[in-house]
Amino acid sequence: MTGSVNDILAVRDLKKTFGSLVAARDITVSVPVEQTVGVIGANGAGKTTFVNMITGHLTPSKGSILFEGNDITGKPSREITRLGISRSFQVAQIFPTLTVFENMCTAAAIARTSGGVFANLTTPVHSAAATAEADTTIELFQIARYRDMVASQLPQGLRKLLDIGMAVVSWPRLLLLDEPTSGISIEEKFDLMQVVMSALKSRKITVLFVEHDMEIVARFADRVLAFYDGTVIADGTPTETLNNPQVQELISGVKVKTAAGSAGHA
Amino acid sequence: MLTASAILTDGLVYAAYLFIVAIGLTLIFGVMKILNVTHGSFYAFGAYGAATAVGIYSNADWPAAAGFLFMILLAMTIGLVMGVVLERGLLRLVYGKDEVVIVLVTYATFLILEDVIVLIWGPQSYAAYQPMVAAGNIEIGELVLSNYDIVLVAIAAALAGIAYWALKFTRYGRLLATVIFDRETAAAFGVNVTLVYTATFIVGAMLGALGGAVMAPKIAVTLGIGVEVIVLAFAVVAIGGMGSIEGALVGALIVGICRAAAVHLVPQIELFVIYGVMALVLVVRPYGLFVRAQPRKI
Amino acid sequence: MGGKGQLVGGLMFLIAAASAPLLPDWVISLATIAFANALVVLGLVVLWRVGLVSFGQALYYCIGAYTVALTARWTGFNDAFGLVLMGGLAAGLMAILIGFLLARYREIFFAMLSLALSMILYGVLVKTESLGSTDGFAVTTPTFLGFAPHAQALGRALYWLTLGVDAVAAVLIAGYFRSVSGSLAAPIRDNEIRVEFLGVSVTNIIHTKVAVAGVLGGFGGALAALAIGHVDPNMAYWTTSGGFVFVTILAGAGSVAAAFVGSLVFEAVRSFAVDVMPGLWQMTLGSVLLLTILFLPDGLGSLMVRLRRRGETKATRAGS
Repeated sequence: MTGSVNDILAVRDLKKTFGSLVAARDITVSVPVEQTVGVIGANGAGKTTFVNMITGHLTPSKGSILFEGNDITGKPSREITRLGISRSFQVAQIFPTLTVFENMCTAAAIARTSGGVFANLTTPVHSAAATAEADTTIELFQIARYRDMVASQLPQGLRKLLDIGMAVVSWPRLLLLDEPTSGISIEEKFDLMQVVMSALKSRKITVLFVEHDMEIVARFADRVLAFYDGTVIADGTPTETLNNPQVQELISGVKVKTAAGSAGHA
Repeated sequence: MLTASAILTDGLVYAAYLFIVAIGLTLIFGVMKILNVTHGSFYAFGAYGAATAVGIYSNADWPAAAGFLFMILLAMTIGLVMGVVLERGLLRLVYGKDEVVIVLVTYATFLILEDVIVLIWGPQSYAAYQPMVAAGNIEIGELVLSNYDIVLVAIAAALAGIAYWALKFTRYGRLLATVIFDRETAAAFGVNVTLVYTATFIVGAMLGALGGAVMAPKIAVTLGIGVEVIVLAFAVVAIGGMGSIEGALVGALIVGICRAAAVHLVPQIELFVIYGVMALVLVVRPYGLFVRAQPRKI
Repeated sequence: MGGKGQLVGGLMFLIAAASAPLLPDWVISLATIAFANALVVLGLVVLWRVGLVSFGQALYYCIGAYTVALTARWTGFNDAFGLVLMGGLAAGLMAILIGFLLARYREIFFAMLSLALSMILYGVLVKTESLGSTDGFAVTTPTFLGFAPHAQALGRALYWLTLGVDAVAAVLIAGYFRSVSGSLAAPIRDNEIRVEFLGVSVTNIIHTKVAVAGVLGGFGGALAALAIGHVDPNMAYWTTSGGFVFVTILAGAGSVAAAFVGSLVFEAVRSFAVDVMPGLWQMTLGSVLLLTILFLPDGLGSLMVRLRRRGETKATRAGS
């Protein structure tokens, strides 16, 4: 996949080492605007390292990351959030003692300040704009029923929705989801992703999501990146990537139904 | 140079005092993650108990060594009793609460015990100098050292040695190490954590009382001695690292020498040398010299 | 604190101010000190909400007090308003400086480092002969924008000044809690990392809180210096800090009002205890603290909340 000027994210020759351990290497990926990219791979294959480098949690040892044409390599996560990249977490990172609304409103209010000391002191947290934004996002993720429930009492699925919602309330242009369906029962995974993806599509957000469930990946991704041993071994449509023999051998190992019909060995 | 050797000997003696006083505190924190303000009470009760003991045996005219032993044993018994009563009666109720809340509980207990001292011993000062006088002095070159001070250093060294041996070679010591490392894992492996906690607190209390008893002959046993000791012990433990016994030793040595140097060279800063050292150490090593930060897991 | 709460609070301040001519001098004196200390407690409430306890607020209290005392002594300037303002600002400046170090710490280490810093000041003051060492020294009688009240009038003037500063502080802090910076207390306490990922520097927010608490502590100390008429190094001792922490626990962190009510209750209890059982003051204090922690972990403020809720449930039951 060659890059183009419309790419929202352009990663080139990215590498990350921890001492002698190579966590990620030779990663070159370009993502066009509004694409939904699934990222698969076994644990330790480099997916989380990849996500962490893009979101500023880790500084790459080599290579570059361009977001909307601007170099964001090595910038701190706070700055990257302000530039328009958000992420959600494998274990939902919410504020357990606050209500769902308070969680969302806090995120919305923060998104509306410039982040400086003076701005933080003079911006009200329950401003009309922030509250409206919070309620809109709560509606978008279909958790309005739980608006005034204390977050610690939410079941896992709703926590995940809240977590993603908080990442979205700032209107990011690129969103990275770290295993959005982890910890969710099989019956609920599909519905959760449905809600999430329609919400994200309605806001025209480019999505990268890390996922272990191949059926989810096949159903919701426009494109799939397969990671193995720190690098990308396959990059194509879900059908292409999931039918890739290397991918099947090293990662998925199962037949997967895709939009094109049954895949794999006849 | 006389000053240098004076600084060294004074420093060692002060370090011995600090170590004896701090070891109980760091033990309790290391195992139970409790910053025990009541430690000051153990010290005070130990000192007052020692004064009472000295009073008893002086009137009965015992030989000095026997008297000294009696003093130590009485103080440690007091520590034992206090440790049992406080741990089983009060601390047990607040395990699992916020770290800072537990500190406040021990602070409240300390306040109560301060007045209990007045109820038992009254507001007057006590003198317990007999053991120190009985020990006499020794002359090394131009320095005149009190034999009692030498005993103090010996006791501190013995404590350090016993602690090291106990932690490495006894069953209790190894159990402690597992509980210090991770309480839940230790419990999952069948370690009776409750028992370990109780035992540790009692040992810590006894060490605190021992500190008070051993220092009684050198100071005026009066109201407020517990207050001073708490801050000093905390500072030493913070420098060395909470829960680290070798840290307490090193911390005590550093502070002891620095303070002795201040007393001889720059007397104006003597009082806050220890806090200055603590602030400096914490800037560079936020968790003390011998303890690493725990990363947070997401 | 909603609109209704503000109205009630304002009313209470007015009543407190208006009742001055009716109250005996010793009550005025007691209340002045209580309301001065309340500012320090308010600062502790700001920190307590984000999960931090400072065992060293006495540092700022002492700086505020000594700034007032020394400025008057060295320059002759003795206008109460000016002195108090200087005290608050001096302490605030120190808090901003210290915040660079302190804001990186949490929990026990935050408490201990703040303790150490206050003890450094204590040590310096005790060893400084020119400042009177452990005895401290007296604070000159202040004037009030040209007026020089004496005796009873002076007591009342100080009382009103303290109430005035308290009222301003209450309004400002209530506003602070409604701002993004001030509201980031529970979220930071719950999940610091998430707050960072939302785009906020948690260290900066905590630094701000340390500074706010320091300014409040300084104003408290400045007013106390004028009210007591004397300053000494003990104002920086850790037991002074402990006393402020005690009131914070007693009051709970639920509201701005808690700091003022809690301080008043504390001073009243202290006078009573010292009168009735002088030797057992610490035991009383310790016991009350212990009982509060064990049975009312959210302080007296929570008692108010529980009573209010019970009233509401009764009302709804009555209405249905």
